Amino acid sequence: MSATTGSAKGGFLGWIDARFPLSRMWNEHVGEYYAPKNFNFWYYFGSLAVFVLVNQILTGIWLTMNYTPDAELAFSSVEYIMRDVQWGWLIRYLHSTGASMFFAVVYLHMFRALLYGSYKKPRELLWVFGMLIYLVLMAEAFMGYLLPWGQMSFWGAKVITSLFGAIPVIGPDLVQWIRGDFTISGVTLNRFFALHVVALPMVLLLLVVAHILALHEVGSNNPDGVDIKKNKDASGVPKDGIRFHPYYTTKDLVGLVVFLIVFLSIVFFAPTFGGLFLEKPNFQPADPLQTPEHIAPVWYFTAFYSILRSIPDKLTGVIAMGAAIFVLFFLPWIDRGPVRSIRYRGLSYRIALFTFAANFIFLSYLGVKPPSMMILGIEASSWAYYAMLLYFGYFAFLFIYTAFGLERTKPVPQRVTE
Amino acid sequence: MDQEGVNNSRRRFLAWTTTGVGAIGAGFTAVPFLNYWNPSARAQAAGAPVEQDVSKLQAGQVINMEWRGKPIIVYRRSERHLASLAELEGQLRDPQSQVDQQPDYCRNQYRSISPEIGVLVAICTHLGCSPLYRPELGSVSADWPGGFFCPCHGSKFDVAGRVFKGVPAPTNLEVPPHWFPNENTLIVGEHQEGGAA
Repeated sequence: MSATTGSAKGGFLGWIDARFPLSRMWNEHVGEYYAPKNFNFWYYFGSLAVFVLVNQILTGIWLTMNYTPDAELAFSSVEYIMRDVQWGWLIRYLHSTGASMFFAVVYLHMFRALLYGSYKKPRELLWVFGMLIYLVLMAEAFMGYLLPWGQMSFWGAKVITSLFGAIPVIGPDLVQWIRGDFTISGVTLNRFFALHVVALPMVLLLLVVAHILALHEVGSNNPDGVDIKKNKDASGVPKDGIRFHPYYTTKDLVGLVVFLIVFLSIVFFAPTFGGLFLEKPNFQPADPLQTPEHIAPVWYFTAFYSILRSIPDKLTGVIAMGAAIFVLFFLPWIDRGPVRSIRYRGLSYRIALFTFAANFIFLSYLGVKPPSMMILGIEASSWAYYAMLLYFGYFAFLFIYTAFGLERTKPVPQRVTE
Repeated sequence: MDQEGVNNSRRRFLAWTTTGVGAIGAGFTAVPFLNYWNPSARAQAAGAPVEQDVSKLQAGQVINMEWRGKPIIVYRRSERHLASLAELEGQLRDPQSQVDQQPDYCRNQYRSISPEIGVLVAICTHLGCSPLYRPELGSVSADWPGGFFCPCHGSKFDVAGRVFKGVPAPTNLEVPPHWFPNENTLIVGEHQEGGAA
C-alpha cells in the first residue's frame, strides 16, 4: 500500500510512464484519491453529471450526422431522424431527455453543496468553477433548444435574445449582432448550431476538468463537513478516507444503475414528460408571424423566468434575473458561518435552506404557468413577486445570520460519523 | 543569468510597448470576428422596403405584412376608436409618445400619418411576442376599450399602440418607418424623404 511506486516500473507501462505521467495521473485522481468514507445518497450526482455529459456528447455527435441547420430543413430533418433513421428516435430522445436529466442532476448536486457547506473555504474556487459550468450549461441548453426549429424553439429564442435589448444604448444593436439578422432567422439557427455543437461543449469540458482538478486539490467534503486531512495515519493516508477506486467507482455504478432505470423509463415511456421536457408547441414548425398563446422556457429555466416576469419593468426584470444567478457565485463569501454541514448548523439555517429550496421549486412551478393564473385568489404574478423577494431574502438572511454571530451551532466532531 | 549592465528601464519600456502593440493588434484582429456576426449583405437585402395596397382596407379590418421578418399590422380604426384616444391618456404610460418608438412624423395622438390607418410592428415591447389585435369593446376584460393584447405576459396597448400602465411592456408598440406615395399604397421600411430605415 505504499503511496508512490510508479517510478521504477519496467515493461510497457514503465516505458509509457517515463514519457507520459499515466500512472501518476491515475493514482492522483482515481487509484490513490482518498475520499471520505461517509459519502451518502447526495454524493451520487457528481459522477452522474459526468455520465450525462458523456451521453449528451455521444448522442449529440450522432444527431449531427442527420440534422440540417437550415431554417427550411431543420424541422423536417429532426422528424427524419425520428421516423426514418434507424434507432434515430432513441438517439434523439436520449439527447432531449438527457438535457433535462443533466439539469435535474446538477440541481441536486448543487443542493448537496448547500446542505453540507461544500462551497466553503477552501472550496470557493471549486464552487465558482461549478457555477461557471452551470452558466455554460444554461447557454448550451438554450441554444440546443432552438435547433429543432419548432414554435417554442423560435419564440423562446426570440424572448431570451430580446432580453439583451433592455441594456441601455447598445441593447438593440447587440440583439441584432447576436441574431445576425433583423429577427431570429436561419442565420441565428446556423450560429447557435455552431456554438451548441463546437464552441460551448469545448468550454464545458475544459471547465469540468478544472472543476475536478480543483476538487482533487482540496479534497472532497463530506456530510459531516469534517476535514479528513487533519487525521492521517503513519503513511500519510487520511484515517477516514477510502480510495476512490474501487470503493466509490463501484458505489457510483450502483447509483448509475438506479439512475438509468429512471432515465430510460422517461426515454421509453414519457419522452415529452407531459410537455415539460419537450413542449407541445415545439411539434409545430417555427412560424415567425404567429406567437404561441403561452410562451414558457423548459422547466429548468422557469425559476429564473418567474423572477424576470415578476417585475413589471423590462430592465429591472432582466437585472433581477441576472442577479438571481450572479448572487450564487458569491455564496462562499455571503455565508460566513464557520460550520459547514447542516448537521451541526443552527436551526434557523436549516429552516431557511429548506424554505429556499421549496421556494425555488415554487418559482419553477410558477414559471411554467401563465402569469394571470389564480392561486388561492391571488394572481400567479403576485405570488412570483413574493417568491422573488424570498429568493433574494435567503442571501440577505444568510449574511446577517452568519456575519453578526447570530447562529448557534452544535459541536462538530473530530472524525466523520457513521 | 548575468544581470550586470542590464538596463531595466529599457527592458520595461520594451515590454510595455510590445505588449501595447500586441494588444492593439489583437483588437484589430477581433474586428472581422465580431463583424462576422452582423447581418450579411443578403440579410440586409432581404430587409428592403415592402409595398402594400390598402385601398380595400375597411374599418375594423387588418392586413398582416412582413418586413425584415417582423410582423407588421396595418389596420383601419373606427370613429369610436379615434374618439376614445383622448379619454385614455390618464391610464397610459406614455400618452404623448415621448419614448423614441416612432418616426417623428408619427409622434401624434394617433401615432400614424393618417388618423384612420395605423401601421405598427406587431411585436410586444416586453419580450417580443406578437400581441393580438382586439378592437371590440370588452373583448379582453370588461372595461377593455379596444386595442392590442399580448397573450404571453398580459401587456395591453390601446388602438394607437400606446402601452397601458401596470403591464410588463415598458414602451409603446413600435411604428415602422412608412409613407403613402398615393392614398391607396403603403410603403413600409422607408421614410417619405426617401431615407431608408
